[in-house]
Amino acid sequence: MALRGNLRDFTITQLLNLINLAQKTGTLVVEGPTETAQVAFRDGKLAYAQVGQASSGLASILYKANILTAGQFKAIQQRTNHIPDKELGLLLINAGYLTQEDILTHIQQFYADIVQRLFTWVEGFFHFENDILSPEDRIGVRLDLENLIIEGSRQMREWEQLQDEIPSLDMALKFTDRPGANLRNINLSVEEWRVVSYISPRNTIKQIASATKMNDLEIRRIVYGLLQAGLVEICRPEGAAPIPQVRVFPTEDKEEQKTLVNRLISRIRSL
Amino acid sequence: MQTVKMVVTGPFSAGKTEFIRSVSEIDVVSTERKISAASEKTVKESTTVAMDFGRITVDDDLVLYLFGTPGQKRFDFMWEILSEGMLGFIVMVDSTRPETFREARSILETFRAYAPTPYVVAANKQDMKDAWDPKDMSLALRLDSKVKFLPCIATDKDSVKSILLELLYSILSDMESGEK
Repeated sequence: MALRGNLRDFTITQLLNLINLAQKTGTLVVEGPTETAQVAFRDGKLAYAQVGQASSGLASILYKANILTAGQFKAIQQRTNHIPDKELGLLLINAGYLTQEDILTHIQQFYADIVQRLFTWVEGFFHFENDILSPEDRIGVRLDLENLIIEGSRQMREWEQLQDEIPSLDMALKFTDRPGANLRNINLSVEEWRVVSYISPRNTIKQIASATKMNDLEIRRIVYGLLQAGLVEICRPEGAAPIPQVRVFPTEDKEEQKTLVNRLISRIRSL
Repeated sequence: MQTVKMVVTGPFSAGKTEFIRSVSEIDVVSTERKISAASEKTVKESTTVAMDFGRITVDDDLVLYLFGTPGQKRFDFMWEILSEGMLGFIVMVDSTRPETFREARSILETFRAYAPTPYVVAANKQDMKDAWDPKDMSLALRLDSKVKFLPCIATDKDSVKSILLELLYSILSDMESGEK
């Protein structure tokens, strides 16, 4: 029977466990709420991963890992647009720019990060394609799944806690009115400062995450820290489209509404 | 007949059903079921799975309905439905169970996201000997100083009345400030 189903019934942890134990070869396709991930396995080991339309090419991976500058990345793309990653890797090694180990480490980290992201997906459909293997023009790896599963489970617990704490990323943040609190005297990390610089009731948490290139887990971690420190509080974003208002009062007339509330007050007092 | 509604929410075993029962003129229409989870069974034997429903007739022409939300997280799909068209909401917090404060905070944020209506937070079970001090609870819940945080005993009618009145005063004050 084909391996397909819903993440609500079968979690990513359970799927990876199954692939690991059955030593499966093929590609797991996961259709999440906003994007689709493709994760290839060979004999139960992680071989390749891609999410959404983002490139999983070597140049792109090295650029995202800050190994290549924007200029170098652009130049490589222009000059070597159609050469496979293996050839590009050889070029970089021969040029003395990187070692084979460096390249493999960055690729492994990139694929592992994609798999870790999948642990936060609780909605969506999946299917496993036995016939689809990792693309030939990409550099494959062989990563054991056990560590990924353990780390993923850890992150999932953290994710659940953070989601309890910050249920919606569509809300905005504002600084608390704490007299005496001075941000300059507080030790924040570079990442936290980047988030702080965007805090305004006009920006939703989701927009801040996008501007600072953070995923849901990273932005939630930082916002959670700032909330716990009492530096910020969650507020409704300014200028957001008003929530479609279901009728609260049986009348539109403001004076009648006030009268109605006063009638309620009198009645409750008399109980 | 005109009707308005208020929602009573909060974590599992916060006292929502008792709160409504104390002031409702009808027997609360409760959808309680025996608890299956062992961890939850240690707190109480049965819980609300869909909603509680109470009624206060104001006069010939006006009725106030009180809806209590299910406290267990797996029934949270009911929350948004129940929050539609509410005049305001009350977040009940069990003063004796600090392990539920974080969830209470999360429920509060979720309801604030559903509708920008006034709300108050009630520190329930203040008559219990191991109840937290409301001031400490307010800090632990990270409530803004402007949010009304009120001591409560859900089994005591007068206490429940005062919570409902505070919410109504907030609604009135919101309407008046909106006119300025």
